[in-house]
Amino acid sequence: MIEITSTALFGVLVSLIAFEIGLMIQRKTKKSFLNPLLLAIAIVIFILQEGNISLADYNKGGQWIAFLMAPATVALAVPLYKNFELLKKHKWPILVGIFTGCVTSIGSILLLSQVFGLGMELSVSMLPKSVTMPIALEVSKQLGGIPEITVPSVMVTGIIGAIMAPLVCRVLKINDRVAIGIAIGTTSHVLGTTKAIEMGEIEGGMSGLAIGVSGLVTVVIAPVMVTMFQYFLQL
Amino acid sequence: MKLLRQITIILSFAFLGEILNKLVGIPIPGNILGMFLLLLSLLTGIVKLQQIEETSRFLLDHMAVLFVPAGVGLISVIGIIKDTWWILLLIAVSTTFLVMSVTGLVVKYTRR
Repeated sequence: MIEITSTALFGVLVSLIAFEIGLMIQRKTKKSFLNPLLLAIAIVIFILQEGNISLADYNKGGQWIAFLMAPATVALAVPLYKNFELLKKHKWPILVGIFTGCVTSIGSILLLSQVFGLGMELSVSMLPKSVTMPIALEVSKQLGGIPEITVPSVMVTGIIGAIMAPLVCRVLKINDRVAIGIAIGTTSHVLGTTKAIEMGEIEGGMSGLAIGVSGLVTVVIAPVMVTMFQYFLQL
Repeated sequence: MKLLRQITIILSFAFLGEILNKLVGIPIPGNILGMFLLLLSLLTGIVKLQQIEETSRFLLDHMAVLFVPAGVGLISVIGIIKDTWWILLLIAVSTTFLVMSVTGLVVKYTRR
């Protein structure tokens, strides 16, 4: 058993099969909260715990899958390129929307953490949860956060965003495809973008664009907003 | 050989991004820099869409599965958030809803 699970093939296969099962369950039930990624993660964790398999063993294969995140992020340039005319035409609404979204995200997390008495360390760990993983880790580190908290925060936000997106659009009557894409990408980075791509090419392209821009905006404004917030707390 | 060439081009941009991040010291993650460089190259015609289209579509269509390993990593931090996980989750859900609504509405109304 030990020899088999510590090969890279095990981690790769268990991830892919778990995801296939997740897809199958969602297709059968058609419930958006049964997100295939969420199901796949649960299935893999269950297998590791039941089979007494270490995370390190799983990661021998897992890292092969995670590696593809780099080229996949770069490939986001393609939907962006296809929708570049749209971006040029609506650059102000798009930029204002992304900026407002980032300020809202950071401000609301700082405020709610204070309300629940979470302490600054946990608060700044969650702060960049709406931006793409590599940027989020960088921002969290800069502000003195805990990376192990930042990673699940980013993941959970992405999954919630992907699940919530169709609902939010329906409830708030947002049927503007550019607005939908920007809202998804600004809120829930690459994970939300997978949903946006499903919704359509314009949504996908705008969402991909928002990942990059909101990441840049967050890098710049997060330290400033944290400093301002701490200053107001002392008053 | 076509797909091989496509993945080589895409990986080169990822690597170029890493170089700009690590060696030149631009404080933006290499992957994101790579994305912007590829966009720039597509816009200026240095790279043609046909040269990367199939591979990038494959990567984009299967993006969600790439997050499985990161998600499984959650089991290593359960100890840290044993007592506060429900607060973190509550904040995550409410702020995600808030940010998505605000961003969507702002873009929708400023486009009019």
